[in-house]
Amino acid sequence: MQQRPPDQQDSPVSDEAQLLRRAQQGDFAAFEALVQHLQPRVYGLARRILGQTHDAEDVTQQTFVSLIEHLEDFRGESSIATWVLKIATNHALKLLRKRRGLPTVSLDGPADPEEGYARLPHPDYIAQWREDPADLAQNHEIRRHIEQLLDALDDKYRLVFVLRDIHGLTVKETAELLGLTEANVKVRLLRARLMLREQLTRLFGDEATRVVPDHRHE
Amino acid sequence: MTCEELLKALNEYVDGTLDLTEAECQQFAEHLAGCHPCQVVVDNIRRTIRLYKEGEPYPLPPEFERRLHSALKRQWEEKFGKAT
Repeated sequence: MQQRPPDQQDSPVSDEAQLLRRAQQGDFAAFEALVQHLQPRVYGLARRILGQTHDAEDVTQQTFVSLIEHLEDFRGESSIATWVLKIATNHALKLLRKRRGLPTVSLDGPADPEEGYARLPHPDYIAQWREDPADLAQNHEIRRHIEQLLDALDDKYRLVFVLRDIHGLTVKETAELLGLTEANVKVRLLRARLMLREQLTRLFGDEATRVVPDHRHE
Repeated sequence: MTCEELLKALNEYVDGTLDLTEAECQQFAEHLAGCHPCQVVVDNIRRTIRLYKEGEPYPLPPEFERRLHSALKRQWEEKFGKAT
């Protein structure tokens, strides 16, 4: 086997590339290893977009079936993980739109008054968090609760937060997937972040450190 | 820069993107240095993002993983013949 440069050894990205190359040559074991590596992210993405287990399973399966069908189509324009997450997002959006019964409204409809920077949800409860996010995330109950808060966000805010902040897609990639302008993505992301910040700080903020701005945001 | 203006530029600052000019970055940093509420809000936003990035909240149901494996094997064999 060809020796990889030291800076690429044990790198997940180059492992993904190697597995994909072998899969493209017909190696099913390599394909399975790639699926094994990517399936938690694909399933997590689908679950967060769709809000329920059964549909997330369907989307996960559809995504990897599509991957078999399009194995040769990877162009290297993004990482393999991003490419697969985009396939998963498209399947999930199709299902979400079908479920809503409204092909375009809500997910990518025309701008409304909440699409701009006017009337942003201003920070109200401002306090330092009592614990570090890494420690909070260990607690199963807390995890469940914060996922419920995310589920409760309107689709248009939840989708950009999931794609951009949780799964690390760029603003441009998020905009292309959702059929939005980059400006729209940015403002929806800001609103999503501010709404979640408010609720999470009410949960995890230390009352003793609460600060009240000496002026009103208008 | 006011708190209101800082709020609008929050994404670019938190993400460290190049959408802010050097002058805007400087104004952002100057406002932040003198405004404790804004410092806390920026920190809260960073923690909010990190919290959702931590861990895998939805483990794959084992029964589904088995079904997925079988379905993919079938699909693979349709395209490439016997899975090896």
